[in-house]
Amino acid sequence: MKVFIDPPNSLILFDLVERFGHEPLSTMAALQERIDNIEVDMPPMNVTLDDVVSGLKYAGIEVPSGVRGRLAVWGPMIEEADAAIIVDDPPFSFGCVGCERSELMVKYLIKRRNIPALRLTYPNSEEEGKAFVGKIKEFLEGLQ
Amino acid sequence: MTIKIAQLSCGTEYSSVQYEIDKAARSVGAKVVYPDVSAADVEIAVERFGFRPRSNQLKLMIARAVQLADGNYAADAVFITTCFRCAEAALVRNEIRWFIQENTNLPVVTYSFTERLKASQLLTRMEALVTIVTRKELLARERQAGITAGLDSGSSTTKAVIMQDNKIIGKAWTPSHNVVESATHVLNEALAQAGLEYKDIEAMGTTGYGRFTLGDHFKDKVKLIQEELTVNSKGAVWLADRQRGEATIIDIGGMDNKAITVRDGIPDNFTMGGVCAGASGRFLEMTSRRLKIDVTQLGALADKGNWRNAKMNSYCSVFGIQDLVTTLGDGKSFEDVAAAACHSVAEQVYEQQLQEIDVRRPIIQVGGTSLISGLVTAVGEVLGEKPIVPADSQFIGAVGGALLSSGFL
Repeated sequence: MKVFIDPPNSLILFDLVERFGHEPLSTMAALQERIDNIEVDMPPMNVTLDDVVSGLKYAGIEVPSGVRGRLAVWGPMIEEADAAIIVDDPPFSFGCVGCERSELMVKYLIKRRNIPALRLTYPNSEEEGKAFVGKIKEFLEGLQ
Repeated sequence: MTIKIAQLSCGTEYSSVQYEIDKAARSVGAKVVYPDVSAADVEIAVERFGFRPRSNQLKLMIARAVQLADGNYAADAVFITTCFRCAEAALVRNEIRWFIQENTNLPVVTYSFTERLKASQLLTRMEALVTIVTRKELLARERQAGITAGLDSGSSTTKAVIMQDNKIIGKAWTPSHNVVESATHVLNEALAQAGLEYKDIEAMGTTGYGRFTLGDHFKDKVKLIQEELTVNSKGAVWLADRQRGEATIIDIGGMDNKAITVRDGIPDNFTMGGVCAGASGRFLEMTSRRLKIDVTQLGALADKGNWRNAKMNSYCSVFGIQDLVTTLGDGKSFEDVAAAACHSVAEQVYEQQLQEIDVRRPIIQVGGTSLISGLVTAVGEVLGEKPIVPADSQFIGAVGGALLSSGFL
């Protein structure tokens, strides 16, 4: 199944989803697609003006361009997803979308899809860490 | 030598504008760099900075600013930019600018972008950053020598000045149309006034929007092609005889406005605005047309009026003109309307731009709009101190060009 991960650039979440036999929908994959197949060269993220304009589907013109550009990358993935894993308040190194407004919108778009979604708080101890991975494992194994 | 411009930003990579920023920097011989930070640095920096934004990329901006302030990363100038319309980023952008200015001597420019940003919009700002870093010696020049000419190809008017031995001996201006034709016309007029011929010119400096075209056209004479921020500030302090000490130069132009702070005649900070014509000289031109008077008469008319009697807000020029029509429809006097238009422009410049710099006294108001006395009065009222308007204040760019180009003789 296709599992959207939030933060969308979390390598740990990406790895966990893949390990348990599902396809992670991530920033890395979306941008790789632009490089490999569409041959877009707009460094560093390959987000083009057309993307930012297409982001209008998710947020109006009065919303900052950075939010619309981000939503143009993640919005279609959320639409495509069969499930999602959301981690709240992760530290900088775990992955992030950079912009709090975009983050709010990503969470809302997932909720609106009404797909199976696991929402977790980032662990702060080893014990919590084990439980965190355990819950993700259980969620991913339960996806049909 | 490649100038390193440290970029502190949020959203550029997701707005498709990073390429344009890099391009603008490259075109002026600079390179955009990013101060290195580790993930651990971010939390420490945010704690020290004291402002904790929710967005992580803004936290990264703060961490990069702290690296610059602590001298852990070497850069020559700083470019701070965030998405237009983002309130959280606007707060952080402004506070980081103050932080950099308090803790370093690096020239800083801030900018809020939309996805339509093009390199050309940043060119003047980037060029000014580079000029301040690389041409400190030239910018320190206080006296003009020899026979030199300055050409200022502005969005509304084109100006020419001929200088000899630190004196203006010829000057002319005309409304801008074809860049080369307008400049040739004013240059010939200024030369005739000076009693000189083209061959007598020893060096020439060009500035304004048409500077590159003119630099190419008059390449046998042109020694200096430079953006208007640094050139205008030199012209302003020369004309106002304020070459030493601090000052703030306000230039409300036809298309954009500049506010520049100088120390001993060298710019150390500037803002350049132009989001809407409502805060520029263009709005006063529109007002004059509606009042069926020449723009040169607007100032005197405004001086006779009271802006408090007429409601006008030129935050947007379209709405500003709507206000104007409504106010006239209400039977307000032309004098009050003219005063309100001047006050509105002054207020917009204050609200949109002067918040971004540390306004230092004296205030020198220059550019064509400084001849509109009502606008100078309004700027004085808004700032609490009447600006100095030097003689020939509309020729600042041309004077700056003539003065600085003599440094190449």
